[in-house]
Amino acid sequence: MLDTTFFANDLLPALNRGLLVSLALIIPSASLGFVGGVLLGCARAFGPRWLRRLGDAYTAIIRGVPLAVQLMMIYYALPKCGIFFPPFGAAMTSFVLCTAAYQSEYVRGALLSIRQGQIRAAQALGFSTVQTIAWIVIPQAARRALPGCGNEIVYLIKYSSLAYLVTCMELMGEGKVVASDTFRFTEVFLAVGAYYLAMVTLASLLLHRLEERFAIPGFGMR
Amino acid sequence: MDQHTVLRVEGICKKLDGKTILDNCSLTVNRGELKVLIGPSGAGKSTLLQSINCLIPPDSGEIYLEGCQLDRTDKVALCAFRTQVGMIFQDFNLFDHLTAEANVAIALRKVRGMKADEARSRAQEELARVGLARRTQLYPAQLSGGQKQRVAIARALAMDPKVILLDEPTSALDPELVGEVLAVIRDLASGGMTMVMATHQMDFARALATEILFMERGRIIEQGAPNVLLAEGSGTRTRDFCQRLLEMGA
Repeated sequence: MLDTTFFANDLLPALNRGLLVSLALIIPSASLGFVGGVLLGCARAFGPRWLRRLGDAYTAIIRGVPLAVQLMMIYYALPKCGIFFPPFGAAMTSFVLCTAAYQSEYVRGALLSIRQGQIRAAQALGFSTVQTIAWIVIPQAARRALPGCGNEIVYLIKYSSLAYLVTCMELMGEGKVVASDTFRFTEVFLAVGAYYLAMVTLASLLLHRLEERFAIPGFGMR
Repeated sequence: MDQHTVLRVEGICKKLDGKTILDNCSLTVNRGELKVLIGPSGAGKSTLLQSINCLIPPDSGEIYLEGCQLDRTDKVALCAFRTQVGMIFQDFNLFDHLTAEANVAIALRKVRGMKADEARSRAQEELARVGLARRTQLYPAQLSGGQKQRVAIARALAMDPKVILLDEPTSALDPELVGEVLAVIRDLASGGMTMVMATHQMDFARALATEILFMERGRIIEQGAPNVLLAEGSGTRTRDFCQRLLEMGA
């Protein structure tokens, strides 16, 4: 019934190849995007007016345009301005830009949730503005932002499947090639789905561990 | 007697949204004195205390600590000034992500540049001083209101402040917890700590205040020793106000 030779010889080797490319896309773009999101979020929460405006505009554009369109712009439109990206680079660039915009919103929300009294108490002890943000605001905000930021990483894992649109041969791309060659769409995409499910499950587990590691009485969990 | 002036504030004015909150407030605090600010809510007591260390920057006025004028535009000088002027808030404002010990230690480490274990042992000392030697590893969410306020006092004391400003330190507390915080403040007063305190605890003010300042509509309208201001037949606004507090509270 189950065609094991098809799975063993054709499908799984292709998907595993794709998985490595997917991971090579996801891990750096999640990390860089997170750092970008923290910087962007800080700028949008505490920056001078012009910087806040700029950050808001950036976020509005990135969040307002489908990621598929952004990918197309970076891969097909930027070369007209003399900027060339290989498929992998184009995908990674657009994921970092996109995930930073979304992360900044979680970070901004967490920063704004820190009570004014916390900041006043720090200043009353002689903390400078930078010290207050580094030692009082960010440690608290990070804990509040963690579930949201984790959510964004889970999204990223799945929207990385759009990279095949610009011919970056990751998990989805490899799957699509096998499916078109063999017309076994059901098996192929069930398997592709299982791969993504496995990645997301693993990521959720790690994120949950992280939340537990940093849990403190008074911050949600008891 | 040592009458050396620790803190002098002159002509502090503050407007918010066109409304005058502080109108030309001045006060002088000598070493070891406890000045008590009283007055109806909205009189500007809290704003005055927070203007003194520029958490609410005053529009005009001068602030002197031990004779040196504070330059409010100089951020470094302002931070240095604040390390010497302790502040206790009505709602405690402990750092929620840190244990009691770390709450006290963090400013020692980050602002004073003390080593971690040195800061920790100093923090334990200060917490023991306010009767919390066995609570050092608890987080603010695990402490009662009175315990939180005592941690806040330990945190201020650890910086060796020259003067402590207390903004209604017992107003957010359940009645049965007020005593433990007042006991700590009483100890400080008898130990010679210089303090300015806004409070509604009249018995406390009467017993310990060097001087009572009565505030109304942003002005200090009466000022004097408690036994003078509160004397029977003195006819002061202060006495009138305290009388009404007693009637309501009893």
